[in-house]
Parts: sequence; C-alpha cells; structure tokens
Amino acid sequence: MENEGKVLVIHPEKCTGCRLCEMVCAVRHDGASNPARSRIRVMKWEMEGMYIPVSCQQCQDAPCMNVCPVGAISRNDELDTVEIDQDKCIGCRTCVAVCPFGAMSFNTTDRKVFKCDLCDGDPQCVRFCEVGCLEYIDAGDVSILKNKEAAAKLMIANQKATML
Amino acid sequence: MALKRKIAYINLSTGEIDIKPIPVDIRKKFIGGRGLDAYLLYNHSKKGCDPLGPDNPLIVSGGFLTATCASATARTHIMAKSPLTGLLGSANMGGFFAPEMAWAGFHHLVIKGKAKNPVYIYLHNGEIEIRDAKNIWGKTTTDSQWAIRDELNDQEVKSMVCGPAGENLVRIANVMTGIKNAGGRSGMGCVMGSKNLKAVAARGTMDINIAYPMDALEYNKRFIDQITSAKVNKTQGTLGTPFIWGATNSWGGIRTRNFQYNQCEYADDIEPERIDEICEETMGPYHMSGCFGCQVHCRAQYKIPSGPYKGVYDEGPEYTSQGAFGGEPDCKSAETILVGNHLVDQYGIDNLEAGSLISWAMELYEEGIITNKDTDGLALEFGNDEALLEMVKRIAFREGKVGNALADGGIAASKIFGKNSFDFLIQVKGMSNLHSDERATPALALNIATASRGSDHLRSRPAIDLYHLPVDVLRKIYSNPIPYDGPLSSEHTEYIGKAWQVFWQENCYMAVDCLGICKYHTTFLGATLPNFEDWTKVLYYNTGLEYTPEEIWDVAERCNMLERLFNLREGLTRDDLEKGDMLNHRYFDEPCKRGAPDVIGKFIDKKKFKKMIDEFYEHKGLDKDGVPKPETLKNLGLANEPSKMI
Repeated sequence: MENEGKVLVIHPEKCTGCRLCEMVCAVRHDGASNPARSRIRVMKWEMEGMYIPVSCQQCQDAPCMNVCPVGAISRNDELDTVEIDQDKCIGCRTCVAVCPFGAMSFNTTDRKVFKCDLCDGDPQCVRFCEVGCLEYIDAGDVSILKNKEAAAKLMIANQKATML
Repeated sequence: MALKRKIAYINLSTGEIDIKPIPVDIRKKFIGGRGLDAYLLYNHSKKGCDPLGPDNPLIVSGGFLTATCASATARTHIMAKSPLTGLLGSANMGGFFAPEMAWAGFHHLVIKGKAKNPVYIYLHNGEIEIRDAKNIWGKTTTDSQWAIRDELNDQEVKSMVCGPAGENLVRIANVMTGIKNAGGRSGMGCVMGSKNLKAVAARGTMDINIAYPMDALEYNKRFIDQITSAKVNKTQGTLGTPFIWGATNSWGGIRTRNFQYNQCEYADDIEPERIDEICEETMGPYHMSGCFGCQVHCRAQYKIPSGPYKGVYDEGPEYTSQGAFGGEPDCKSAETILVGNHLVDQYGIDNLEAGSLISWAMELYEEGIITNKDTDGLALEFGNDEALLEMVKRIAFREGKVGNALADGGIAASKIFGKNSFDFLIQVKGMSNLHSDERATPALALNIATASRGSDHLRSRPAIDLYHLPVDVLRKIYSNPIPYDGPLSSEHTEYIGKAWQVFWQENCYMAVDCLGICKYHTTFLGATLPNFEDWTKVLYYNTGLEYTPEEIWDVAERCNMLERLFNLREGLTRDDLEKGDMLNHRYFDEPCKRGAPDVIGKFIDKKKFKKMIDEFYEHKGLDKDGVPKPETLKNLGLANEPSKMI
C-alpha cells in the first residue's frame, strides 16, 4: 500500500533562532555537536529579527535523485523520504549543486554528502522545538491547517468589521 | 570533545600566540568558564596592575559545557581587572559567540599586551590570526560585526566587540555580541579599547564529540521539559525579563528618582504588558528570540514605535533597561526606554551603569551640586527624557564636563563634582546598583554588598526569597548538596538564615558560570529548576568526566574564594565605602516611602546587617575582616596561590 507519508513542516515566523535543532540533529546523527553536520540550518537576517530554518523537502520529483550519475539517491516509500546510499555515492557533489534549497550538504571531514533522513520517522529537531516552529505531520493535513489559520484571520477581521 | 578545547595565550604587543591543552586535573579543580578565568586572572596579573595598561590580562571564555548537547550553554565570560572598580572585573553574556569559539577549537583566551594599531583576533578551526581593524574602528557594535563578516567573506562569523564607548576608554563600556547580548558590567569593553582590540571573531566547524550522545540527548530533553514547564520561564518566554517589573514595582522594590523612592508611580507606559504590545505591533505575534540552544527565549524583538528613531530595530529591552531609562530617572515613556536601550547597545555601554549614573547626576542637579554650567545648559532634571538620552551619548563620547566625568564611573565622578555628591551615589565597590531597592529585603542587600564584582544581582541573589516559600521547602533547596540545619525564614524582610542563602546562591551561580549555563536554568527566579545533582549527569553524558554534587560545590567555593583573593590583593576591606562589602548610608538612614504595607517604612538595620555579614564570612571560612583563614585556603586547595599551573 502506498504510504501517504508525513512531512516536516516549517513555520518560520515561530522560529526564535536558537539553533537547538542544528545541535540535536548533529548529535543524533554523528554523536557530535557541530552545526556543520546538521541537516537543518537556521538562516538569519539579524537586523530584521528574521530566522528561517531550511531543510530537505523530500521532493516528489527530487533534482538530487534525478541528477545522481550513479543512482545513489532513491525514494524510501515507507517514510516518503529521499535517501542516499553511502556505499554507491562517489562524492561528486552534483546533488549539492542542483538542490534548490541547499539542503544537500557536503561534509568536509568525512568527504561525504548528507541530508535530512527524518531520523527514521522520529525527527529530533521537531521533538526539541518547544515553540512549534517545526512539525512532523501528514502531508495532506498541511493545507487544512493553513485553511484553518486563514479562516481564523478572516473571522477576526469580520468581527472587527461588525464592531465598527 | 569538550576536553579537547584549548586555551590560547595571545600577546598583542609582540604578536606571540601560544596554544595549549587544558589538563583534566584543571577541569576537575576549576571546571571552566568564569571559575577557571578567576584562576587565570589571579595567576596572570600582578598586584596593583594598571587596568588600562598592557599587563592587565583580558580573559575570554566559554563554559565547560558550551556547545555540547546541554541546554542553554551559550554564555561567554569576560574577565580582567576592572577599570571601573580597580577590583575584579567580570562580565557574562549570552548569544552565539561562545559556542562558535568552541567549534573554532577554543574555550579560554588570555589576551595580554597592547596592539600598536587597532586589531581584531580571528579564531578559526584551531588557528588564530591577529588582523588589522582600521576599517572597523569607530563603528557601532552591530556595524563592526557585519563589517568583520564582510571582510572575512563569511556570514556565519560571530564576534564579540567593543563599541565607540570602549574605544573612547569609557570605564562603563561593555562587550557586545549580536544585537543585544551584552557583557555589561565592570567595563570589559574599556579593557578591550585600552588594548586596541576592537573584536574577537570566531568561526568553527570542528566537532565537539559527545561522550554518550544518546544519553546526553535524552537527558537534555528532560532538562528542557523541566525548564520550560516552570511557570516563571513560560512568562519569561512571553514577556522577557520585563515581567519582573510588574510584581517588583507593585510591592515597592524599584528605586525611583535615583534613590528617593522605592516605587515608580503612574507608569502604565513602561509596564511589561505595554512593552509587549509594542513588540507585537511592530514585530508580530511571534517576537521572542533565544540564545544558542535555549528554549526560554527571553529576548523580545521590537522596532521603535515613534519619534526620531521610529522604525529602528533592536532587541530587549530587558528589566534593567526599564529601570535604567524608566524608574531611576523617573521617565515614564516606553519610547524612551526603547531608544535608551538601542543607544547603549549601539555605543556599547552598560545600560545599568548608564541609567544609574545619569539618575544620580539628576539628583545632584536637583540638589544644586551640578549646575547648568556643568551641563552646558542641559536641564538634567528627573523626568526629562531628552536630557537622559542626550547624556547617554555624552558618556559614550566623553562630551562635556558631566559626560566625561560619568564616563569614568561614579566614584571618580564624585571627586570631580565634589561636595557631598558621593553620599547620593548608589554603588558598592565602585559599581552602580541595579534599579532594585533592597531596603526591605535584607537577603538581597547582603547579596549586593558582598558580590565579588561590585554591586550585582547575578552573583548571589536569593531571588526566591521573595516568594515566601515554606521553611521546609527552603530547607530542601538550601540543604543540597551540603547539609544545613541552621535557621531559615520565609519572610523576606527578615535577617534570619539569609547569610546561608546568599552563600548557597553564590556557589550555585559560580557553578553555572563555570559550566556556561544561563542563570534562568537554575535556582534563580524559579525554585524548581536544575542544580548541583542534575549537573553531575549533564557533565558525565557530555564530557565523560565524573563529578559528585559535592565536588561541583567545592569547585564553586574554590573559585569564589579565588575572586575574593583577587579583590583582597587589590585592596578590598570590609567596611570601606569605595572598596568594601558595604552599602551606601541611605540603605540604613532613609526608610522606604512607598510600597506594600510590609515594605513601607523599612530600612536596613545596620547592626543586624553587620551580624549577617559576620555569618556570611563564617560560612565562607573568612575571619571578621573578610580575609580567608589559613585552614580555609588549605581545605580549598588554594594554600599556594598563585600556583601557575596553567
């Protein structure tokens, strides 16, 4: 049966810029604290107070997968992720070049590419993000939540208009 | 791993750089951060050294747990002999600098000498470079940081910088990182300026291997749950530190018009809710930001809502800015607080000192000790918002007689202003008091009187003393890890047992400062937050080193004693008003005029205060003059200081 799959949803407006997600990601995957190893990175515009976490979108038509010359990147249907077979990977970094999000990284210590694997279904960044900037939810629910937010805004606007 | 982080000795006069490991036995004895800095300062400075001379070592560090998988370990500590007090100088800030320094390979820097021309130090993956700062000198704190990034062509570089105030050798100049994080106290930015050191920049991609990664991760989760479930931190994460203002002002603990009153009346525009409203209006519903790895996120983002600075972005304003630009000068406008907060951030001055000293000058103006002639016609009156903000600028750039005098700190300025100006100066050891009024809270009064870096609320304040916790709850907290069966009292106006609470907090805060953890993550504002027992596990999972709670306590006691030894060497005496463990006479002579029924009319009873100091000294193993007894030094392993082990 085809799995609809959960996705990592980022609500950038909620991000406090603390970068705890980067730290726990690196510790979970590599046993080391080092943002250079993190699969998720918080981009900052400090003078505007704007912080935006960026990670792999597990694209349906994934450029990294399409471009890999040795077929090291494939789709994991169970988790609905795009994953790398490190044994096949030749470290050419073509995937790094084509990823529109910069979510494919190259580790200069291990000389390997790496990306988000959703921690095999229990993403630690989500677990540690107390403010709910990161969520791991069913792909189909994402738009419903957005519908609801938009509807709430409309309702408040309506109430205000009635009060006038 | 954290144990691989190095110490670097950098001589700016000669350009020599010496990088060394930090031995495990040093970690066992001092842990790191502020504690190890105290050891380094005591060992690398000579008695009576000129705080602005090349021999004063500027020590910069991250805590032992900084950048490990432990919660809220973002603190950077800076230490040197203070140009403001002539005693211990020490400042601590959050942000992202210390972790970056750790990923760049370093935990401690000892910076000596003086560069011929403005320079900055660049730490990068185990390497250190001293670089020309001529294009950065003169810039504000934020512009300096962005200029360094542009020059190094790396937007991930984190820097700690001094602002124009530090360059101008203003003795209340701070060290800044990011937009708001400030190592404010005791003039550490001035020491940077004196060395022609504009900044220390760091960028690192080196691993900090975690000893037991999965255990560290799980324990961190537990830790965070404990911290974020505390009501005080939830409030903190919504309103930031201004939330303290509401309660404190309503019972009468905010000094107003310098020290004339203990409550700021009719101040709706500077209440935390109003400031939060402005943050929401200008930055939206999610306007809180956090330091590295911290889930308390107490720093609000705002844009100045009106006036000449309308639309300018900054962060904070914290509780201190409310007092410095609100209560103390009796200015009651949110805009003034937000602008004042922005100016000190940009110029690089301690907001607490600025607000406190200007309010003092306002009282002197009222008393006729300072006149229009001294102020170049500026009406330095309480409640004059424009004069307040103008004075911030004059201090930063040493303009005019009053601005230039205040730039040297309160005690030096009192000698210029003359008459009885010193009597009005609310300070301990040459450092201004926070805007809190401790006349109704003896425990807090003892804390500011005995704090090692001069009047200070972050060295030993038993803030939970205000919560009227039952004695058995207090005993549970204060008997761990060292048993205490002496008296305790739930009453905040009492003197009983307070000496022990202050002693306990002094060790608790030293321990977090050694670890690099923020004080909002321990027994400071919340009674249920982690301390000694919990830290043993965090240390073990992250570094693999085993400590018992008692050992951490011992380290804290040892490091506090080192700070005391430094102060004694530089002239600390018990009752000295300029360099002692003594409060301004107004604490004893002027009763509180406002506040709650149990606060109004209160003042510090001098006899009981002296008895409290006696008890405090006894807990610390000091004699009646505040000098450590020989057996105390022996027990703490400090009999042979300076021992020059590192």
